[in-house]
This record gives sequence, structure tokens and C-alpha cells, in this order.
Amino acid sequence: MAVDPLIELRDVNKHYGKLHVLRDIDLTVGRGEVVVVIGPSGSGKSTLCRAINRLEPVGSGTITLDGQPLPDEGKALARLRAEVGMVFQSFNLFAHKTVLANVSLAQIKVRKRGREEADKRSRELLERVGLLAHAEKYPAQLSGGQQQRVAIARALAMDPKVMLFDEPTSALDPEMINEVLEVMQQLARDGMTMVVVTHEMGFARSAANRVVFMADGRIVEDRPPEEFFTAPESDRAKDFLSKILKH
Amino acid sequence: MNVLTDNFSLYGEGLLGTVELTVYASLLALVVGFLMASFRVAPVASLRAFGTVWVAVLRNTPLTLLFFAVLLGLPRFGVVLPFQLFAVLALGCYTSAFICEAVRSGINTVPTGQGEAARSLGMTFGQTLGAVILPQAFRSVIPPVGSTLIALAKNSAIAGSFSVTELLGTYKTLNELGYSIIWTFVWIAVGYLIVTLTISAVFNVLEKRWGVPR
Repeated sequence: MAVDPLIELRDVNKHYGKLHVLRDIDLTVGRGEVVVVIGPSGSGKSTLCRAINRLEPVGSGTITLDGQPLPDEGKALARLRAEVGMVFQSFNLFAHKTVLANVSLAQIKVRKRGREEADKRSRELLERVGLLAHAEKYPAQLSGGQQQRVAIARALAMDPKVMLFDEPTSALDPEMINEVLEVMQQLARDGMTMVVVTHEMGFARSAANRVVFMADGRIVEDRPPEEFFTAPESDRAKDFLSKILKH
Repeated sequence: MNVLTDNFSLYGEGLLGTVELTVYASLLALVVGFLMASFRVAPVASLRAFGTVWVAVLRNTPLTLLFFAVLLGLPRFGVVLPFQLFAVLALGCYTSAFICEAVRSGINTVPTGQGEAARSLGMTFGQTLGAVILPQAFRSVIPPVGSTLIALAKNSAIAGSFSVTELLGTYKTLNELGYSIIWTFVWIAVGYLIVTLTISAVFNVLEKRWGVPR
């Protein structure tokens, strides 16, 4: 598949003190591809996701985005991050700003759009995630699922080349998970390049082009979802799947 | 009792001197304090080191010593300014160290995810701090900054020992004129109360206005 690589990780290693959280990671994500990263807690999947836009600096190895190596801290890194949308487990909406201002802020500050143009775009995106009616509310007045949809709209407002999702539904009540997954399904259908760290196996099955299974800081398997779920190769993956798919 | 009515203009000048010192030094302390706080959380190591040294030196030096250093030291390097300006510099820089730490503690109350979200959207350090972190930190910083500025108002009394006109210094003249020392000090105390209670009131208003939880 990876004919036109958008994200490339080569030989990436990272330590937290003595803990080796990423071990010799090689991963290529092609343009338009949806890659779902799964694995047990502490396997390094969130760290992998956060390393792609350098929220976590890595110890060694190279990460390139659209052919460009990740720059060090500074303006160049900020420019590159603007091209990479990120959605967090804990939403992280700006608590002191309204929903509309949340979506508009970076458009104004980073993309240098005028307020009216930014707000217009924000309303379009809020409509798309079904939250236009809540534009003037503050994040704390919304449910978790609604907040996460706003967070997705906020990331999309930058017209990113790729979207990273770091366990976007893990902090949600079960009944709110679907409304977020639906928005993500739609994005995937629209051809957005996505890296999704999740425990939602249903989403992995239906939306992913590839499933990357991580354990103990390594990529253990990297295969199409049907193959992975029906016939996992490694014992580690078999063990993991048997635990989560039982119920 | 008539010490006040007889010497109203002397008290007035003293009070005005204290108010001026307090206002100018507060402005300096706030500007430098916020700047140093942003240095201390900056991604650039040299800025962080500068902020840390600034706070360590100024917070741990007795204010009187700092006055000596500024008023006697700077002229040796050819910096000759009015005494009042020297006093504002000493008071403002000293207090900025405390403001810096109050602001920094406020910054630490803002969840790290807020900054991460801003950075992930491509906002620079300055934009993240200015548009996302500080507006949220501001709320929890109002009470300690108020206390620090009240301390500044009272610390301005030290300037009187360095021939700057301010409220406490008026006692010398009044004492020489033979007025009751007790009443002299009572009215001086009232003068300080006017200044400090005004600061309290301003910060109470700020807290009502901006201190609301989200």
C-alpha cells in the first residue's frame, strides 16, 4: 500500500529513564491510509503517536513527515505541527474559550485567517460534527462525546495532512463512544490519513487499512485488520485478542 | 490629634511619595515578573537559567541591601538617576522575583494538556503562553499577586532611609517639631492603610471579575 509515504519512522528508540518505551520502531504510513495502533497498556502506543508530532521527543532514529525530518523545538516545528492534527484522550479543549473560539483560535494565530473567515470555517466544521448549536457554550457545559467532537473539529480547522488520535474514546461513557467513532469513520471515508491509537476493535475492523499491534515497546504485527483479527501470528497478539474479544 | 491638621501638606506629600513608589514599582514588578515567569517555563535552557538566577538572587537578598547596592553601586558605574527612580528600580526588581514565582505557580495549575493541545495546533511558545496558559493561570494568580503588591507598598518605607520622600519618613520632621510620637505614627499607619486597603479592594474586584471558575 505505502506507495506515497506521508509518515516514516526509522529505527526510533525512546527511554524513560531505564524504561525502554519504544524499541527499534519502523513504521510507514501512506497518504490516505488509516492505521490503527492497538496493544496492551504500557506497550508504547501512545508514546508512538505523540512522537509523530514531537510532543514526545525521541532518543534516536528519524521521523519524517511528508519527506521532511521533524525539526527541533522552534518555529519550524510549530509550522510542521500545524499540518498534523491531534486528538487527545482528555479532549484538552481550551477551558477559557467558547466552542467556536476553540476552533477558531489556531486558525487566527497560526493560519493568520481573519476572525470572520475563521469563524465561518469553524461553523462549517461544527456543523459537520453536529455541534453548531453549541458554538457559544464553554467546553465544561458539553458532554465528553461532544467535547471530543469539538476537539476533532478544532484539529480539522488547520486543514491537516494527517490526523493523530491518541485513545480518543477511552475517557468516554459507552453511550458517547459511537458519536465520536462515527465522525472518525466519516473522516476515514473522506480519505484523511489517520493514525489511531484505540481499544475500539470494531473501529479497527471497519475503518483501518492496517492494524499495528504493539507490545513492550515493539511493533509485533503490522497487517490488514481481517488477517490480524482472524489469524494473529504472534503468541502475544493471540493472548491479547483472546482477553479482549471474549466478551 | 492636631498633628494631622497642622501638617496636612507634609503628610500629603509623604502619602503621595508612597503612592508613586508603589504604583511605579508595582508596574515594573508586574512586567518583569511576568517576563521572568515566561522565561522560567520557556523551552530555551538559557532563558530558564536566567529566570532562575534572577529569582534566586533577588528573592534571597535583603531589600535594604538591595537599596544600598542600587543607590550606591549603580552611580559607581556612571548610572546617575534621581533617588526616587533608584528606589523604584530596587523595589520593582525585588518584588518581581515574588511576582514571578506567584505567576509560575499559577501556570502550574493549568493542566499540561492545554499547552499540548495548543502546541499540537502549531502555536508557538509565545502564542501558547499568551493565548492559552496565562489567561487560565491569571485567575489563580490574582490573590498572591495582591499580597505581594501590598508587601511592596509597605516595603517602600525603606526608601525613606535613602532620602526619598515617602510616608514613614515624615516622622523625622514631625518628631523634631515636638509632636506626640504616638499620634504621628497613628496617622502614618492610617496613610499606609489607605494604600494597602485600596490595593486589596482592586484585587477583590479583579477576583470577582476574573476569578470565576470555568
